[in-house]
Amino acid sequence: MVIARKVDTDRLPSTVARPAARLGLSYIWVAYIAFGLAAIAGMVQGMVRGGIMELPSWTNYYQILTAHGVLMALIFTTFFIVGFLLTGVARTTGGSLHKTALGWGWAGWILMVVGTLMAVVTILMNEASVLYTFYAPLKASPFFYIGAALLVVGSWFAGFAVFASYRKWKKENPGKISPLFVFMSVTTFVMWIIATLPVAVEVIFQLIPWSLGISPTINIMLSRTLFWFFGHPLVYFWLMPAYIAWYVCVPRIIGGHVFSDSLSRLAFILLLLFSIPVGFHHQLMEPGISAGWKMIHVTLTLIVVIPSLMTAFSMFAIFETTGRKKGGIGLFGWLKKLPWTDVRFFAPFVGMLFFIPGGAGGIINASNQINAVVHNTIWVTGHFHITVGAAVALTFFGVSFWLIPVLTGRTLTRTANRMGMVQTVFWAVGMFLMSFAMHTMGLSGAPRRTDYTTYMDHPTALGWMDYQRVMAFGGGLLFVAAILLILILVYLTFYAPKGYTEYPIGETEKEQQVPRLLERWPVWIGLVAFLIVMAYGYPIMEQIHHQAPGSPPFKTW
Amino acid sequence: MHLHRFEKIWLMLGAGGLALFILLLCVNAFAMGMAPPSNMEMIDPKKVAETPPFDKPGLKQVGDKEYDAYMTAFAFGFSPTKMEVPVGSTVNFHVTSPDVIHGFQIPGTNVNFMVMPGHINSATYTFDKPGEYLIICNEYCGAGHQVMATTIIVK
Ligand code: HEM
Ligand SMILES: [Cu+2]
Ligand SMILES: [Cu+2]
Repeated sequence: MVIARKVDTDRLPSTVARPAARLGLSYIWVAYIAFGLAAIAGMVQGMVRGGIMELPSWTNYYQILTAHGVLMALIFTTFFIVGFLLTGVARTTGGSLHKTALGWGWAGWILMVVGTLMAVVTILMNEASVLYTFYAPLKASPFFYIGAALLVVGSWFAGFAVFASYRKWKKENPGKISPLFVFMSVTTFVMWIIATLPVAVEVIFQLIPWSLGISPTINIMLSRTLFWFFGHPLVYFWLMPAYIAWYVCVPRIIGGHVFSDSLSRLAFILLLLFSIPVGFHHQLMEPGISAGWKMIHVTLTLIVVIPSLMTAFSMFAIFETTGRKKGGIGLFGWLKKLPWTDVRFFAPFVGMLFFIPGGAGGIINASNQINAVVHNTIWVTGHFHITVGAAVALTFFGVSFWLIPVLTGRTLTRTANRMGMVQTVFWAVGMFLMSFAMHTMGLSGAPRRTDYTTYMDHPTALGWMDYQRVMAFGGGLLFVAAILLILILVYLTFYAPKGYTEYPIGETEKEQQVPRLLERWPVWIGLVAFLIVMAYGYPIMEQIHHQAPGSPPFKTW
Repeated sequence: MHLHRFEKIWLMLGAGGLALFILLLCVNAFAMGMAPPSNMEMIDPKKVAETPPFDKPGLKQVGDKEYDAYMTAFAFGFSPTKMEVPVGSTVNFHVTSPDVIHGFQIPGTNVNFMVMPGHINSATYTFDKPGEYLIICNEYCGAGHQVMATTIIVK
């Protein structure tokens, strides 16, 4: 097994210079602190719902659930993604970030940390038990919303750091096609900034004035539409960096090559186009949106099947060609040649396997009739734990196992690698059990976001109890895996032996022609704008012109 | 841009399957009348208690074995609290909320929709089997969300 590869003849330095490394590490550790706290909350939720423990009177289920949702889905993911992409952009644009990029990067970090603290404190004070979707007219403390706004604006600054590096690289390399990692990072942040504009509008123009008492009522329908305008692309913001690791880093780790440069770029452009104009698929069971508009969004949603199939094909093409080159023969002999004991490959690979049922479940959720069977049941929670909680999270763990050593100038030792393998297995088994129970229970109607209850011992609800216990058991395994992960990462940050670790960036086997069109941003951003106006223009206009009487604020917890 | 032959086949099969799937969804929604609950009626959430028919929530018989159920969902309960219909009845549920957002779900059936202040939402179901059906709120609405439930008895 090869963990630290020999320094190759790459012209590019395959590590990251100190200032950029320090920035990246700061993002990544905030991510894992949030992750650790959220893992405690997650385990407690499982135990409570499983009827295994009761919460003390100074807290309640929904406060803990809000903490878990916010810390996992918003803080852990966003901080990790920024840390990963910024360091990758540094690595592929000459090994460092220039002053402007570092400035944006640190400004973003500060805003995001302040925003996070504001949100966390209001949650701890029980002033914001509104869950991570903060649906009005539940009203949290204004500081919760201001914190959320700071988090979003901070992440834009991080995006500007990526754009600044991209511009600098362009200037230094006129006429050349950008490195694949940079292109994908730019696409991800273009998508993110467009997608977060509406939620910023919701927070700044609707929620903050209303929570401060400046405006007495709020337009509920509009606030939900703006939220889900952002809410679906949010999941692509989690997924695209995982795809970057799959498309660009994994091929290098297994000693292979990027399958097709242009197709990888095309997949990202398709994700950019079709992840935004689709939010109504989260509002299928709502009044006030016509069945026709729902169908339009469902259709646009399902187009994402195409880039997903492209990704699946590319991945297995990479695995097969690499396995065969290493002497694998026969229909499946190449599988044996893959580096199964290298956690840098194993963890993201297990993540990819989770994504197969995850994608199938997504098609079920997005279908406008079947959604009635699963909407707001714990099936949905099962779905996003196998997609973001397993596929994306395992990929991020796999990345962390080499990225942290790169950033600290240390090495992933054999033992740490083996511990990582154990951690991956625990996480995968835990997620499998928990999500399996959630999916099954959801199909028989068990609601999500609900404290322990038997609904006055109603037989239907009693029928869910065995699955609740399986869910709690899976949550326990996950918690063990989370502790193990944090221990490994602390080791890699402070104690692992000093040494050289490569930042794995794959390349194509031969020089490949890349159509220029793929890098014409005005074309793609124009198309995104066009699709958004088509999908949202009329419904949003209607929601403003023909709105229901507004809602005053409520604090029902 | 070069596409591998297998990839072309793979993507064509995928795109074909997808097109067929979307077509079926459309047929389902618009030709067979199985569109998701999308009631466009509105109501002032502050005046639910004085707006008929929600001022007197309850069952109204509108035909042979057909009922309209006008209901309110509030923190933390449903009104009316008791409903009973004969086996084989079709019930049209119409629900609104005077406060926050709630859910309306009857586990074991396809009745599952959002109840939003300012809006009325509806779904129809024919109860072919006798029993005491659980009706629950499946959208977080506050500290008592987990007790927000009622039943409809089918005899
Ligand atoms: C230690 C591992 C984890 C455990 C034990 C765990 C457990 C749970 C449980 C039991 C729930 C359901 C609560 C309910 O609906 O009543 C939940 C919700 C949720 N989890 Fe996790 N989870 C874990 C990891 C993750 C990860 C890695 C993510 C995403 C990065 C995540 C994101 C979420 C989100 C967004 C919710 C929904 C919150 C809401 O409905 O408001 N979880 N988790
Ligand atoms: Cu979505
Ligand atoms: Cu509720």
